[in-house]
Amino acid sequence: MNWHAIRAIYGFEMARTRRTLMQSIASPVISTSLYFVVFGSAIGSRMVEIDGISYGAFIIPGLIMLSLLNESISNASFGIYFPRFSGTIYEVLSAPVSPMEIVMGYVGAAASKSVILGVLILLTARLFVDYHIAHPVWMLTFLVTTALTFSLFGFIIGIWADGFEKLQIVPMMLVTPLTFLGGSFYSINMLPPLWQTITLFNPVVYLISAFRWSFYGVADVAVEVSIIAILGFLLACLVGIYWIFRTGYRLKE
Amino acid sequence: MTGIIEVNGLNKVYRGGFEALRNVDLSIRQGEIFALLGPNGAGKTTLISIVCGIVTPSSGQVLADGHDIITDYRAARAKIGLVPQELTTDAFESVWNTVSFSRGLFGKPRNDAHIEKVLRDLSLWDKRDSRILELSGGMKRRVMIAKALSHEPQILFLDEPTAGVDVELRRDMWAMVSGLREAGVTIILTTHYIEEAEAMADRIGVIRRGELILVEDKTALMDKLGQKELRLQLSEPLATLPAAIAQPGLVLSDDGYRLTYTYDSHSEQGSVAALLRQLGEHGIEFTDLQSRQSSLEDIFVSLVHEEAA
Ligand SMILES: Nc1ncnc2c1ncn2[C@@H]1O[C@H](COP(=O)(O)OP(=O)(O)OP(=O)(O)O)[C@@H](O)[C@H]1O
Ligand SMILES: [Mg+2]
Repeated sequence: MNWHAIRAIYGFEMARTRRTLMQSIASPVISTSLYFVVFGSAIGSRMVEIDGISYGAFIIPGLIMLSLLNESISNASFGIYFPRFSGTIYEVLSAPVSPMEIVMGYVGAAASKSVILGVLILLTARLFVDYHIAHPVWMLTFLVTTALTFSLFGFIIGIWADGFEKLQIVPMMLVTPLTFLGGSFYSINMLPPLWQTITLFNPVVYLISAFRWSFYGVADVAVEVSIIAILGFLLACLVGIYWIFRTGYRLKE
Repeated sequence: MTGIIEVNGLNKVYRGGFEALRNVDLSIRQGEIFALLGPNGAGKTTLISIVCGIVTPSSGQVLADGHDIITDYRAARAKIGLVPQELTTDAFESVWNTVSFSRGLFGKPRNDAHIEKVLRDLSLWDKRDSRILELSGGMKRRVMIAKALSHEPQILFLDEPTAGVDVELRRDMWAMVSGLREAGVTIILTTHYIEEAEAMADRIGVIRRGELILVEDKTALMDKLGQKELRLQLSEPLATLPAAIAQPGLVLSDDGYRLTYTYDSHSEQGSVAALLRQLGEHGIEFTDLQSRQSSLEDIFVSLVHEEAA
């Protein structure tokens, strides 16, 4: 294992985060806070409780997931796309590093950043809404696993993309809608039966459901099912990355 | 004796079917400076990129210090430093960070003293905290050299290191390259400035349309293919060349004032002396005498033309 290389890539990516602190940390925290103000404090007080949880508290896990997914994908995809675009990737390709080490560096950094962000949003939420965490260890596990999975997914997108617009298309056209429709703001039990069934094809439902369970002990979908689904995504992304490096897809001529 | 780099039967066909390298065999000797010459699009960068792991070969084998660049890439790449042709740097990083990053990437533990030495040698020490985008083009080129040297490679590839570099800096780079050679580093460089190859290289390879058409010691090459030329400025014009002194390689200028004698540098000794004696016997006097050896540039141009014909 070339630990120096993993550290170098990780450190480089984290330095990029520090340079762009406003954009990478402050802006998602601020925009999520706006949701808490509007839905938690202002509108939330007029909403009925869901599963015995106040509306403001109910939306916290979903909102964290929304930021976590978007930020993981955009961080990781940009992290690998930009060197490809600028040409500096030559150095990584010519270095004595294995594909796995490259992934550990880039994806590790993107995931760390997302976890930090998730925790910050959680802390910020405290200012607006009262909540409790029933299973803190599970909560952290889901946070880290999701950050990791979607950073891997972002890495794949960053390798697939051949232009900046493609980099943004997946988070915008896929992840945001799926998150909104995945029960961030409502329990899927509130939907008509047909829509409930359709919703089960939305992978984000499982992430949010499991994450909310770690907070309040209630879930739309059985936690065991969610855990299997989450591990399934993780595996799918790992297979995708394995394939990319085996074939050299879009990395080497 | 096997070389520090051994290229055997290397082929590269780019997607789309373009054959960039055809059956290239090359052996680079430990500690030498090897200059790879060739016109634009000949395949120099492709060859270097394959050895460094940036481009995958279509077939053939490359060993770097005995390590296969594909099956044993870690050991192979750890020995190699690359300064690519294109200037590609992280704009927002500081010089110090980007050079330290390279060292880590190549698996070397942090060593600030070494980085400092590299930066000082390349006159970048004052700029260590500058962001790269604030540097001039020549300085960026030096940053890329510093990155390549940060991990103390035994083999250094310089793909047109002096493109777009002013005369003074070019001399500095030549000095740096000789210094590295003295320290035992093997250097492979490409260049379009033939005088550069002439000044620095121990051996020369010429590549044309993906084929390595020649590999030769520089001095042997210049001896073998080099021509010498003697020019005589006559005090009185000659209408024609007297039959007695006429011989192959001897030409009289149109105005009759100049005699030019071209001869192979490895032809028999004394042909010049004989010519001068003959001139004296015929009472042909000259006011000035100049001799010149053809440069590598002349050789290169004639080679590439010959092959094209
Ligand atoms: N990625 C690529 N896809 C297809 N063809 C390529 C690619 N890269 C290079 N080529 C072609 O391969 C040939 C050799 O290119 P290469 O860059 O190796 O030449 P070079 O000798 O370095 O030229 P120069 O002196 O201009 O740098 C060229 O004809 C080029 O168009
Ligand atoms: Mg080139």
